[in-house]
Amino acid sequence: MTEQIDKALAREYEAGFVSDVESETFAPGLDESVIQRISKMKGEPEWMLEWRLGAFRDWLQMEEPDWALVDYPKIDFQAISYYSAPKSMKDKPKSLDEVDPELLRTYEKLGIPLIEQQMLAGVAVDAVFDSVSVVTTFREKLEEAGVIFCPISEAIQKYPDLVKKYLGSVVAKKDNYYSALNCAVFTDGSFVYIPKGTRCPMELSTYFRINEQNTGQFERTLIIADEGSHVSYLEGCTAPQRDENQLHAAVVELVAMDDAEIKYSTVQNWYPGDEDGKGGIYNFVTKRGVCHTNAKISWTQVETGSAVTWKYPSCVLKGDNSVGEFYSVALTRGRQQADTGTKMIHLGKNTKSTIIAKGISAGKSNGSYRGLVRMAAGAEGARNFTQCDSLLIGDQCGAHTFPYVESRNPSAIIEHEATTSKVSDEQMFLCQQRGLDPEKAVSMIVNGFCKEVFKELPMEFAVEAGKLLEISLEGSVG
Amino acid sequence: MSNSNNLLTIKDLYASVEEKQILKGLDLEVKPGEVHAIMGPNGAGKSTMGYVLSGREGYTVDSGSVVLGGEDLLDMETEERARAGLFLAFQYPVEIPGVSNLEFLKASVDAQREARGEEAISSADFLKEAKAACKKVDLPISFLKRGVNEGFSGGEKKRNELMQMLLLQPKLCILDETDSGLDIDALQVVAEGVNSQRSSDRSFIVVTHYQRLLDYIKPDFVHVLSNGKIVKSGDASLAQELEAQGYAWLQTEPTEDELEG
Repeated sequence: MTEQIDKALAREYEAGFVSDVESETFAPGLDESVIQRISKMKGEPEWMLEWRLGAFRDWLQMEEPDWALVDYPKIDFQAISYYSAPKSMKDKPKSLDEVDPELLRTYEKLGIPLIEQQMLAGVAVDAVFDSVSVVTTFREKLEEAGVIFCPISEAIQKYPDLVKKYLGSVVAKKDNYYSALNCAVFTDGSFVYIPKGTRCPMELSTYFRINEQNTGQFERTLIIADEGSHVSYLEGCTAPQRDENQLHAAVVELVAMDDAEIKYSTVQNWYPGDEDGKGGIYNFVTKRGVCHTNAKISWTQVETGSAVTWKYPSCVLKGDNSVGEFYSVALTRGRQQADTGTKMIHLGKNTKSTIIAKGISAGKSNGSYRGLVRMAAGAEGARNFTQCDSLLIGDQCGAHTFPYVESRNPSAIIEHEATTSKVSDEQMFLCQQRGLDPEKAVSMIVNGFCKEVFKELPMEFAVEAGKLLEISLEGSVG
Repeated sequence: MSNSNNLLTIKDLYASVEEKQILKGLDLEVKPGEVHAIMGPNGAGKSTMGYVLSGREGYTVDSGSVVLGGEDLLDMETEERARAGLFLAFQYPVEIPGVSNLEFLKASVDAQREARGEEAISSADFLKEAKAACKKVDLPISFLKRGVNEGFSGGEKKRNELMQMLLLQPKLCILDETDSGLDIDALQVVAEGVNSQRSSDRSFIVVTHYQRLLDYIKPDFVHVLSNGKIVKSGDASLAQELEAQGYAWLQTEPTEDELEG
């Protein structure tokens, strides 16, 4: 069966095409002048430039982390271009009619039509192409509800007070090597503000696309849910199929004020590299949210892409009775490596967190779950439940679990459950004996394994995620 | 020459598992509508026969031929054999956590319909059929929503196998020691289910160690499998003879187990 599965894992990456768009791209290299140019391109105020330069100086003093269970050649940060944008975006198109049709076609091909009439009803999209936001849909409709949904570069100019107050408030500039780099060179991403007591009338979504060669994408997302508000947000990402590795180092910050709720879902499908591990995206991402009193943040991620993933969406449960959730499916195949998990930092009383992590490893890949649950001294009556399950397909892959548990409060309760299983010969045989072909059998078994996580995704995306797994596993069996 | 009226013709079949030959010259002919019981001592090759016919990986055919409905069965993939109408009811049905019975069954039915060039069945129609099948095998409707065999008792698993058979409507059903682990009530339910499916265009091979099951499912023929081939065939009365006398008197040569023992 192993042989069958290995053969079947030779899949095609459907988003691997390159768009023929004329771009303005910085020459590779990184120093203060590059940061000044980025800031100038974006028309940023002085304070923003200073903030970036401060982060850059910090970054120069920092070391690349090496504790994750991933192995890749040292990144030459001088060989990367830090800014690339379609030339047509220079004049800042005012409406969809003015946007380069080739850009619109790119998103259409990816299944994200940007023309509002053709879109999934009830989902507003910010489309980020390399270093710029191409278009943000349904803005007027959202504005009626008082919701701000715009590219972060625009928010810096239009809403400087909000940005100044919250940017870097959840993930400190010096938090880690990649977050510091992101602070210095981030180019675009989404900004969301939900006013007090407002339930965002639509799903919000950002679609990140890397197109240009040898560029890094450094996205920055900031979501603020004011008191008693509610928002559901989804991000998706793809990149062309190239032999060179490309760096994606994002920072996402979530702020859930008292009684607010943020649901953040990710379907990550960056190019994973080929069967032999050539090419693919290095996905080094810092995502963190802070929950004030009675607030709730829920992270759901479906990770199927990237050559190397280093990502730990986390919750700081600062306010009493706040709730953090992390639901994750991480699929690795070929030579992919993923070290992913979460941190649940319980500071407030009666805070609660749930972690459900499902890792699926196939081919010669390695998947690791790394999670920290910390109960601070003040976390009276706090609770955590962690369940991490690994599913192995074939016998050349690896699944690893690294739980870290710290409790400074004797009343806190921490539960951890872990299982490792294989797609068994018996299961495959049962499915095939009933008439299913091996691909369908594997994808059904894997989908069943992931069910608890998929049910957390917004409905439209649960279907998409299931399909994505199916495509990813195409050829897993032969 | 095999009889072209046969649904299944097995000729001089030799097959191995992990280089150990288990089937050693098996011959069997099954006509449409017939029920054949295969009995025999442990280690005779009864379960192996079901696995070889359904094309389980790891079971190698060394020589011989198997024809199902005029087609060369050995030339087909496992799933193609299923789509050609071969159904194996497992002795120990495996669990598939998180995949609902309903989802699994519909995917199976659709895969087989697709192979016949038919459209997928509508969810509403399928649900109706599945509910009826549930009722017939005496399983609560809620079992359709549960994971395949997940947390089922032994008897529930067997009834679940039977439900799959009812929905897939195969031409040839191989019941692999379906009676094992069943109490008398469950056995009756399963037997009734099987009997209700007996028809002129559906055949059964009932593999069993004990005669008990054959009190409920009356076979047309009984064969004794010993050391990889059929050593004696007869009608239903042979089963009673075996029950009374055991298998030892039929063994023409010692089994490997005996040699090793």
